[in-house]
Amino acid sequence: MALKNIESVPGGPGEPGSGLIQLITADGVRVPEPAYDALVADIDGAALQGLYEDMVVVRRIDSEATALQRQGELALWPPLLGQEAAQIGSGRALRSDDFVFSSYRENAVAYCRGVDLTDILRVWRGNASSGWDPYAINMATPQVIIGAQALHATGYAMGILNDGDDAVAVTYFGDGATSQGDVNEAMVFAASFQAPVIFFCQNNHWAISEPVGLQAHVPIANRAPGFGIPSVRVDGNDVLACLAVTRQALARARSGGGPTFIEAVTYRMGPHTTADDPTRYRDANELEDWAAKDPLKRLEAHLDSLGLFDEAFTAAVKAKADAVAAELRAGCLGMPEPAPSDVFKHVYSTPNSWLDRQQDHYERYLSSFADSASSDGSS
Amino acid sequence: MSTLTFGRAINAGLRRAMDNDPKVILMGEDIGKLGGVFRITDGLQKDFGAHRVLDTPLAEAGIMGTAVGMAYRGYRPVVEIQFDGFIYPAFDQIVCQVAKIHYRTQGAVKMPITIRVPFGGGIGSPEHHSESPEAYFTHTSGLRVISPSNPQDAYTMIQQAISSDDPVLYFEPKRRYHVKGEVDEGSDPAASSMEKARVVTEGSDVTLVTYGPLVPTARDAAVAAGDDGVSVEVIDLRSLAPIDFETVEASVRKTGRLVITHEAAQSGGLGAEIAASITERCFYHLEHAPVRVTGFDIPYPYSKLEFHHLPDLDRILDGVDRVLGRPNSLSGLER
Repeated sequence: MALKNIESVPGGPGEPGSGLIQLITADGVRVPEPAYDALVADIDGAALQGLYEDMVVVRRIDSEATALQRQGELALWPPLLGQEAAQIGSGRALRSDDFVFSSYRENAVAYCRGVDLTDILRVWRGNASSGWDPYAINMATPQVIIGAQALHATGYAMGILNDGDDAVAVTYFGDGATSQGDVNEAMVFAASFQAPVIFFCQNNHWAISEPVGLQAHVPIANRAPGFGIPSVRVDGNDVLACLAVTRQALARARSGGGPTFIEAVTYRMGPHTTADDPTRYRDANELEDWAAKDPLKRLEAHLDSLGLFDEAFTAAVKAKADAVAAELRAGCLGMPEPAPSDVFKHVYSTPNSWLDRQQDHYERYLSSFADSASSDGSS
Repeated sequence: MSTLTFGRAINAGLRRAMDNDPKVILMGEDIGKLGGVFRITDGLQKDFGAHRVLDTPLAEAGIMGTAVGMAYRGYRPVVEIQFDGFIYPAFDQIVCQVAKIHYRTQGAVKMPITIRVPFGGGIGSPEHHSESPEAYFTHTSGLRVISPSNPQDAYTMIQQAISSDDPVLYFEPKRRYHVKGEVDEGSDPAASSMEKARVVTEGSDVTLVTYGPLVPTARDAAVAAGDDGVSVEVIDLRSLAPIDFETVEASVRKTGRLVITHEAAQSGGLGAEIAASITERCFYHLEHAPVRVTGFDIPYPYSKLEFHHLPDLDRILDGVDRVLGRPNSLSGLER
């Protein structure tokens, strides 16, 4: 009823206004931000080009996966279109021994972790209940229960503390998840134990069809200090700013300073998933407004201003993106089909008498068809 | 051999597991200085430190979810849920995460979490303190569910649960915490299986299946039935998921009659599962339909009425009469 009003509250959850950390404007202008400049002083032209390439590649992965879904090769796909800077900026800040607990939209973070491209599609093609060995890339497989992973990251961080290690757990979730008890309980535990965990919230303004104003009446980042957790609100479409604030939070966690909450204000330019239709609930003007703040375009403009956006560079980036897309497609189409008996695999780590009996009976059932087929063939 | 109460036997088992493996940590509400509301973790924080016996904030989902993260990190968390009726805030984390992460990750991530749950009634408590929620968990694949009925099993099975690479719910019959028994503290937990049922009392006329708090009641019922010339074989299931149906089936093939008793509500409960499975396995050996003697399909009642709800010796004997076709409280209704 009053959602419009909630969203128009100055500094409200839908307002990317005051308090936002920004290092590169929507027009591509590098602006000073004294508290954060030193954190990205090492990011030279080549590093900026690298971040740009990452964002182009993950956008290409996204469009290729969407195409694969439209062609019937994937059952579903959750696009990250518009959120490339938030994910690449934060993902590239991490060390390999940090551990990520994400939702299902963080394919760009998985890319930063070095995931095998085919692995990000397994679950969406229906070939596996998840894609990869979490310990191989120190990233849990995507969490579908909204916000549940925030607790896992906090517990993992409590384990880091017990081990006397300086790794950090990072959890990604959206604005919708901040309404969940799990996320709020995670902040209680993280603060009480001063766990080295980063709560990285991508406020993309939409939880399927529900605007952020339905989840929060104040900027989401404002909640964390109530738990005793420092927070920062960052322009989520500014890859350099996202890198800077994540580095700051990592340094705090590694040095015993405990958790940080980051609200990256960004925008989900696509649907929730390929099964969604945003035209039913979202104003086209809003999309246009955010298209003007596109994370790739602003870095293009910035690189151009530095003389780093020439034809050779763009051609190389395009070639890389095309190669990645081709690899993704080939991996998707070449994925082996699971065997029927795989349905019983890994429910338990050791034999289970109930399940073993059911598997035995089902295999007998299946082999009853094999018998009739072979007897047909021999007759 | 030493004589320990049920509660002290769990404590001794926890202590031994913590001694043997530095990755074993305890998490729960009031389990540190207080030693838990039932004192099961008494002295453990003092001896092992606050980094291994964690008093947690009062949030069951939070405890369970952070235990998942701890398990990801290589720990073997033992979570205490203070009372049976307080487990529901953690239900989502148990069912969607603890139970499924091994399957979800195709075996890459193990969830060796033990969830200790004091359960059952008979202690005069208010609402939410006397429930028997085991069937919610036996219905969830990926979990193992056990319930000891005596101090020796309490001691051994808590160690077996902790060393299991699968998540285990360990249901403690709280009204038996003060029962004493002989415990062999030198026994090797790996030498036996927590999933094997035990024949408590041998008999030839009726098989009486139960677990946890009603095992002593069932044993008493068998003695009383014996005085009446009926030979009752009592089976303590010990494991509720999976159930050792081979042991139950072997007994029923011998007796031809099955009675199941538990405190939990009847409909959709474990009694139904046992009756159905045994009927499928040895229908032609049954002389009578299986009989269930259970709690009613009601919220756990206020304490002055709880002994109407809880199966007791006389209700079990009435069930034995029913399965034998002898005069019973339902005579005349059944046909």
